[in-house]
Amino acid sequence: MNEGVVIAGKVIIFIGVIFDLLGCIGLVRLPDVYNRLQAATKCVTLGTCFILFGTFLAAGFLVKSLLAILFVIMSSPTAAHAIAHAAHRSRIKLWEKSVVDKYEEEKEKV
Amino acid sequence: MKKVVLFIVSFLCWLILTWTSYIPSILVGIGISLFIAFWFADLFIQHPKNFFQIRRFLYLLLYIPIFIFYCIVANLDVAYRVLHPKLPIRPGIVKVKTTLSTLTGRVALANSITLTPGTLTVELTEDGYLYVHWINVKTVDVEEATRKIVRRFESILKEVFG
Repeated sequence: MNEGVVIAGKVIIFIGVIFDLLGCIGLVRLPDVYNRLQAATKCVTLGTCFILFGTFLAAGFLVKSLLAILFVIMSSPTAAHAIAHAAHRSRIKLWEKSVVDKYEEEKEKV
Repeated sequence: MKKVVLFIVSFLCWLILTWTSYIPSILVGIGISLFIAFWFADLFIQHPKNFFQIRRFLYLLLYIPIFIFYCIVANLDVAYRVLHPKLPIRPGIVKVKTTLSTLTGRVALANSITLTPGTLTVELTEDGYLYVHWINVKTVDVEEATRKIVRRFESILKEVFG
């Protein structure tokens, strides 16, 4: 096993953890459910992908984790979309400083 | 045809997940993939012929680096907004239009939009409009927003899924 690859894997895992942390900070700081989803999906998806890719390198080219990355990338935005859609359906308001809500305006037509 | 496509995909997943050359394991994988292909092919596969066009896979390969680039930009963008003491956000839901016609293509576009800078798909209508939550609304006009959000993916996704 190549030492350098393992170290690179650990560094990538560390970067991934930082992205996850940023996502969690965003979850706490941002005002409403939609903005929180933005932080939660983007940062946590990329963070998790980095962690899985780091595992791929550090655990000796574990191909399984590449497949896991594919599944995370497919499922995580879908889940976020479902949550946002459900939130809007159950009439959760956007943050009061939001600029525009086209969906609310045109919901009757959809 | 549909069944063949689903069989290939699920069997590849099995091979990657188990990652072994142990023969019984592979046989079990073939059995399970056959079962899945037989029962669920009509549910998942819409255009089986598209699967066998190599050109689409090449475009997919081209799409991956673009996607990763925007994904990382998205994360730095969110990180900046989250860590900034004043929280510089200007959220809102805008409407954009896509010309992609297949369902798979639209779903791929919606997922790409969700994972890229400042945008999150809220609703996907049947006539090709997407309602997108934008963390930093620059324009409320449909055409303008389409150009800013959708264009960077649409042309290439059209080659892959269109």
